[in-house]
Amino acid sequence: MIEILTSTALNTVQDFGRPQAMAFGVSCGGAMDRAALALGNVLLGNPADAAGIEVAFFPFRIRFLEERSFSITGAQCNASLDNLSLPANWAITAKAGQILTCGALEKGCRVYICLEGGLDVPIVFGARATDLKAALGGYHGRGLQRNDHIPCGPRTLSLPTGGYGLTCPPLLPERGSVTVHALAAAEYHDFTPESRARFFSQPWRITSQANRAGYRLEGDPLRRASDRELFSHGIMPGTVQIPPSGQPIIQLADANTMGGYPKIATVIESDLRLLAQAPIGASVFFHEIDIDAAVQRQRDAVRQFQDNMMKLSELRGSLIPWNQKK
Amino acid sequence: MRISYAGENAFLLDASSTVFEAGIQARVINAAHALARHTGVRQAIPGVNNLLMVFDSVMHDHREARIWLEDAWYQASSDEPDGRMISIPVTYDSESSEDLKAIAYYCNLTITDIISLHSNASYRVAAVGAMPGFVYLSGLDPQLAIPRRQVPRMAVEKGSVIIGGGNAGVMPCTAPSGWYQLGHTDIALFDHNRNPPCYLEIGDRVRFVNAR
Repeated sequence: MIEILTSTALNTVQDFGRPQAMAFGVSCGGAMDRAALALGNVLLGNPADAAGIEVAFFPFRIRFLEERSFSITGAQCNASLDNLSLPANWAITAKAGQILTCGALEKGCRVYICLEGGLDVPIVFGARATDLKAALGGYHGRGLQRNDHIPCGPRTLSLPTGGYGLTCPPLLPERGSVTVHALAAAEYHDFTPESRARFFSQPWRITSQANRAGYRLEGDPLRRASDRELFSHGIMPGTVQIPPSGQPIIQLADANTMGGYPKIATVIESDLRLLAQAPIGASVFFHEIDIDAAVQRQRDAVRQFQDNMMKLSELRGSLIPWNQKK
Repeated sequence: MRISYAGENAFLLDASSTVFEAGIQARVINAAHALARHTGVRQAIPGVNNLLMVFDSVMHDHREARIWLEDAWYQASSDEPDGRMISIPVTYDSESSEDLKAIAYYCNLTITDIISLHSNASYRVAAVGAMPGFVYLSGLDPQLAIPRRQVPRMAVEKGSVIIGGGNAGVMPCTAPSGWYQLGHTDIALFDHNRNPPCYLEIGDRVRFVNAR
């Protein structure tokens, strides 16, 4: 059990989301930076998709009400367990009563705190992820608040004193800009050749209208050669829509499942984590990619993750299981 | 019929022309049913005269997945599903409603005409999506085809009975919307504790009944 001491209502319990609930009109949801949540879980011997906390607003503080291992991954922040400063991508065991503080961000946007055994909140449509719009999943369908007490699953392992961590974690975007790969989408050819070229070359600034549902971007507006109206259609996270203003919107984890704006491109799945870690004000560059290269990148990302998982589980094999500790 | 990539893990099949066609929608729904039984397909989501198919491009070759979609489309019949018949009681707004006045002005109808056209039509659930439990209803009288607002309202209340872009619908939750409000119903379109969670399903036939 952990107790929330300081939070805002936009820090939420997340796992890999519920893409199978799209048919009900429920957003896919889940961690914005899935690779970070997965690594945090694997560090603790949890399944990669166990529920953890996505922290996007700081400071964030929790108290451990019992001895429990946890990990901190994703964005780099000024984190400490009582007075012990914690490195990024680290797992360590907290004693009952200890307080974890996540202070100012240093790099990236979203920190993931995973707990040994995972957060034990009810499963709704196959996932524990919080959906703020539908007010379902997570902790009572809402963001975390002071005094919330969240139960965890069973304990499994003890970590060495001081913990352990990753020396080469997944890269975070540099503060000023991020480059993501994108595949041309249905209405790509409706845009003028000049607009198409500009979409893939000019910087697009992330505006303050950026949240788990999507990011509104700002730049020289794009123009369509035809303004035929579209019927509503299913959309995937990563879809880049161009509304009449000509300013792109990237739909993300908590996006509506259907939309009607023209789509110029789709950001590939393995690059969505880079957007998740790109702050307001940063420039987004879209790099055009073809389908075969996009699939190759996805396969590489999966393989790299499996390699990391293998290495970590070998490493954990040399650690002492919790129930055999003296 | 056009097929495009919706990222590396999905295809969008767009069978639309300039106007909504019920036969195409039946085919979309039948193709989606067939695809849902395919083990390689993660989701098959009918839109309005279009269909999104989601698969795993790490597990399956995208060329092969495209063939699943094409096959399902070419083999799907245009027979409309039977669908349940569902009545939704509506308390229509009063003459002073800003939205009813806007529709009356745009469509050149009286408010009495609007209410009678809306409640005399027979609708079908063409698609479920956007918001949890939201339905796109086809069958709106073309005289009521008012385009969506340029600037959406920030909060349209749960239970609002709405029209926009040639479709009818009901708000399942309070959310932004560019559609116009005609009235209100107490029926909850979505409840995650209910099984199934959505009050209306694809293919259902719907009537709005004036509750007054």
